Amino acid sequence: MWRLLREGLRGQQGWTRAWSKATPRPRYRVLIVGGGGHGLSTAFHLASEHGIRDVAVLERGPIGLGNVGRNTTIIRSNYFHPDNIRFYELSLTLWERLERRLNFNAMVSQRGTLNLFHTEAQRDLFTRRANQMRLLGVDAEAVDTSGIRRLVPLADLDNGRYPVLGGFLQRRGGTVRHDAVAWGYARAASAAGVDIIEHCEVTGLRISGSRVSGVETPGGFIAADTVCLAVAGHSSHLAAMAGLKLPIESHVLQAFVSEPVKPLLDVVLTYGAGHFYISQSDKGGLVFGGAIDGYNTYAQRGTLPMAEEVAAAAMTLLPPLARLKVLRQWGGVMDMSMDGSPIISKTPIEGLVLNGGWCYGGFKAIPAGGLTTAHLIAHGAPHPAAAHLDLGRFAAGRTVDERGVGPSPYLH
Amino acid sequence: MLRIPCPWCGLRDESEFRYRGDAGRPRPAAEAGLDAFNTHVYERDNPRDWHTEWWLHIAGCRRLLRVVRHTLTHEIRSVEAASQPQGAERGR
Repeated sequence: MWRLLREGLRGQQGWTRAWSKATPRPRYRVLIVGGGGHGLSTAFHLASEHGIRDVAVLERGPIGLGNVGRNTTIIRSNYFHPDNIRFYELSLTLWERLERRLNFNAMVSQRGTLNLFHTEAQRDLFTRRANQMRLLGVDAEAVDTSGIRRLVPLADLDNGRYPVLGGFLQRRGGTVRHDAVAWGYARAASAAGVDIIEHCEVTGLRISGSRVSGVETPGGFIAADTVCLAVAGHSSHLAAMAGLKLPIESHVLQAFVSEPVKPLLDVVLTYGAGHFYISQSDKGGLVFGGAIDGYNTYAQRGTLPMAEEVAAAAMTLLPPLARLKVLRQWGGVMDMSMDGSPIISKTPIEGLVLNGGWCYGGFKAIPAGGLTTAHLIAHGAPHPAAAHLDLGRFAAGRTVDERGVGPSPYLH
Repeated sequence: MLRIPCPWCGLRDESEFRYRGDAGRPRPAAEAGLDAFNTHVYERDNPRDWHTEWWLHIAGCRRLLRVVRHTLTHEIRSVEAASQPQGAERGR
C-alpha cells in the first residue's frame, strides 16, 4: 500500500524484477520446454510440492506472449465427461486458492459462467451435463428465461432465428487476468529456486538409446534427467525432434476485444446456436471468441470468415454490441487432440514427459495441469486426477471423447 | 482469407470449401494390424511446413481437391483433383 503510493510519486522506478534472469547451467534434474502457463505451473509445483528445485524453464520468447496471454481468460469446470469434470474441478479449486498460494493478485473473479441453449435437445444435453456435475459435487444450476433476463438484460432472448429457451449456470466459474497468472507463477517459481530462461529456443532433443538426455539450444547443449514438453500449439513439432508422432493437429483460434465501455455484462456468457463466448474485462473491453478457423496452421493470425461468424453470433445474441468497435484481434495456435481432451503423459521415450493437447481448454487448466504434470515427473506415475489423460488411451481405445463424435481434431 | 484455385471453378474464397484434413494418410490393408490402424486413425505428422490436405469444394463443384499448402505462410503450391494420382510436386 505505502509502496504503491511511494512508487506512484517516484514514477514507478523502484520496482525490482518479479523473477530473476537466469543463465542456463549445463545440467538440470528437470528441464521444462515452454514458459507458458503449464510450464511455469509445473515448475512451481515441482519446487513447492515435491522439493525439486533443480529445474529450468526454457522459453523461446519472453514470458507471457504465448497462449497464456492469448486466451479469453475463462475458468470453469462444467464439462461433460466425469473424468474431465473431476480434473477441471481440481483446477477450479486451485484457482480459488491461487492468489494466497502465489501471494500475487491475479484478479480471480468468480462471476459465473452461463451457457445458453436454444433447442429442446440442447436442453436435455445440458441438463444431463449439469446433473453429472452435481453428482460429482460440482455446482451447476438450471436457469429459466426470466433468470437469464435478470443476469443478462442485454441479451435478445426472443430473436426470431435462435430464441433462447434457458441456460445452465456455474456460479463458481469466471475469469482470471491471464498476464498475472504467467507473472505470478514465474515469480513464485523463481523465488522457489527455479531458473527461468527467456529467449532460449529448443532446436533439438538429444536421445541416447531410448532415453532423453537433454536439449539442444543455440547457446549449446543442456543435459537433464527429465525433459517435459509444455509447448501446446507446437507439441507435434517438438515431439518430432524425438521421432514421435502425436494424435494432434495445430489449429488457430482467434480472440477479439472491443473498445472499453461501462459495465454491461457481469457473467461469462456462451451462446449455444453456434460457438461464441463473451465476458467483460475489468478494463471494460468485451473479450470474445468463437471456434477454430478449421485448417492446420502454425500462424498466429486468423482469417476473416471466422471473424465474420463470431461477429454474427455476437449480433444475434447481443444486438447492442453493433455500436461497439473491435479494438484488437489476434490468434493463438492450439494443439487440437484427436478426442478433444488434453494429454499429460509419459512418452515412449524414457524421461520425456508431455503436457499438451489442450485444445481450447488450456488456460483454465493451468493450476491442475501443472500440479498433475509435476506429480508425474516427481513420482513417475500419473496423478489420480489426470490418469485418464495418458497418451496410450488412443491405441487402447479409451479415448476421453468430450463431445462423443469420434476421432477428429476439430473438437475441444 | 485463403483463396483456393479450384481446377474447375477458378479462384474461390475459403468459405466455399470444407477442410477434410491430412491427405497423406493411406488406409492400411485390412489385416495390417492394430498399430497400423492406430497410426492411421489418430496420429498426424502435423508439419510446420508444406502439408498435403483435402479440401471439399462444397459450395462449388463439390469435388474433393488435394491441396499442397504451407502451414505457416498459408501459401498454396498445388491443387489437383482427388481422383488424380498424387502429383510429382508433393509436400512430403
